[in-house]
Amino acid sequence: MIKIDNITKSFGQLEVLKGISTEIKKGEVVAIIGPSGSGKSTLLRCMNLLEIPTTGKIVIDGQDITAPKADVLKVRQKIGMVFQHFHLFPHMTVLGNLTYAPLKVKGMSKAEAEGKARELLKRVGLSDKADVYPSRLSGGQKQRVAIARSLVMEPEIMLFDEPTSALDPEMVKEVLEVMKGLAHTGMTMAIVTHEMRFAEEVSDRILFIDHGQLIEETAPTEFFARPKSERAQQFLEKVR
Amino acid sequence: MNLDFPQIVPYIPFILQGIKVTLLVTLISVVLGFIWGSILALIKISKFGPLNWLAVAYTSIFRGTPLILQLTFVYFATPQLTGYNISQLEAAVLTFTLNSGAYISETIRGGILAVDKGQWEAAKSLGVPYRRMMMDIILPQGIKNILPALVNETIALLKESALVSTIGLADILQNANVVKGTIFRYFEPYIIAGVLYYVMVMILTWFAGVLERRMRRSD
Repeated sequence: MIKIDNITKSFGQLEVLKGISTEIKKGEVVAIIGPSGSGKSTLLRCMNLLEIPTTGKIVIDGQDITAPKADVLKVRQKIGMVFQHFHLFPHMTVLGNLTYAPLKVKGMSKAEAEGKARELLKRVGLSDKADVYPSRLSGGQKQRVAIARSLVMEPEIMLFDEPTSALDPEMVKEVLEVMKGLAHTGMTMAIVTHEMRFAEEVSDRILFIDHGQLIEETAPTEFFARPKSERAQQFLEKVR
Repeated sequence: MNLDFPQIVPYIPFILQGIKVTLLVTLISVVLGFIWGSILALIKISKFGPLNWLAVAYTSIFRGTPLILQLTFVYFATPQLTGYNISQLEAAVLTFTLNSGAYISETIRGGILAVDKGQWEAAKSLGVPYRRMMMDIILPQGIKNILPALVNETIALLKESALVSTIGLADILQNANVVKGTIFRYFEPYIIAGVLYYVMVMILTWFAGVLERRMRRSD
């Protein structure tokens, strides 16, 4: 479904990604882990063109999204993204946040957009917060709204950029539960995370990235039991 | 000292009439200047090379020359250049709009750039086109940040509007000039004009304070 073909990304002199190739299949849940500054977020952000790869290709459903004539807006509509700091629109209610893109980007009718939004709010357990502004929500609630806001666009792929890193510990679980539920529906997901147990439990495959390179790419049970590379061993020792 | 306020009492309504013109010039110019400033700000943060350069040059010129010169220029040079006999009010509103647009555009630009980068990214990741993102997501937040600054700009404009008396538009100051010429007294008409400006500025300042407190509460 997503084919990443030898992409590099440089910010000025700094080469953040040094030639990464991998493939994510439909319905697969991939966890991207690695030390801070290893380039994992950059890799994720390349997948919806928030960062444009310096060289290399990304092909989604047979379409080269890195081609100069690619319709970036159309590509992004198919790919949902959840950020570390939620980035809800503060001047809109929760319902407004959810219905904005369906109404204005997809041209959905108001009734349909609201129906879908309410259904998703129910799914993330926040039906009672529809008319509240984001500033009144806890971090965990904000992140669940952010997930619902992406889902209402009916994306084919969901990207998560450290979705629990900014949360208080007691709120991590509620967000991970929602993500777990989503994984069970067969959604294709790429997750940058520091939650090792979650990665082990939910993902089909681990991508271990360090210094802009894909060091290891294996099933989670194997990765956590017997990491092959020395760098992965060192990393796991530190985080566990 | 020889002060004679009773003598000026009959002329006070005449000076008060100037309030209408002062407010008219100020309000129209602020509203149009805000629209024009928004457009300039959007051009400045966009990546249209030549347009971008023009907007920057425009701002530089209007901030780099005296307002009274701009006003004189618009009023006296427009008929010479275009043959159109521009009225005093038109010249005043046009000049103040063009001038305040230049200042407001910088304020708005700052407000837009102060909006959290995550807001742009969230909008982009939902596939929102640039124009919609600006109008619906970025500008509303940016302008909220700079509302107090915009009220200050209005206050500055209100005071600067007294310059229109130099082209003979009948605002507060010009009417005070007329009264001075009629009764040959200086202190009384100008002190009345001064009080009028001061009261109007105080009302706006009070309004700015209310606005700021309300915004702080919603954060």
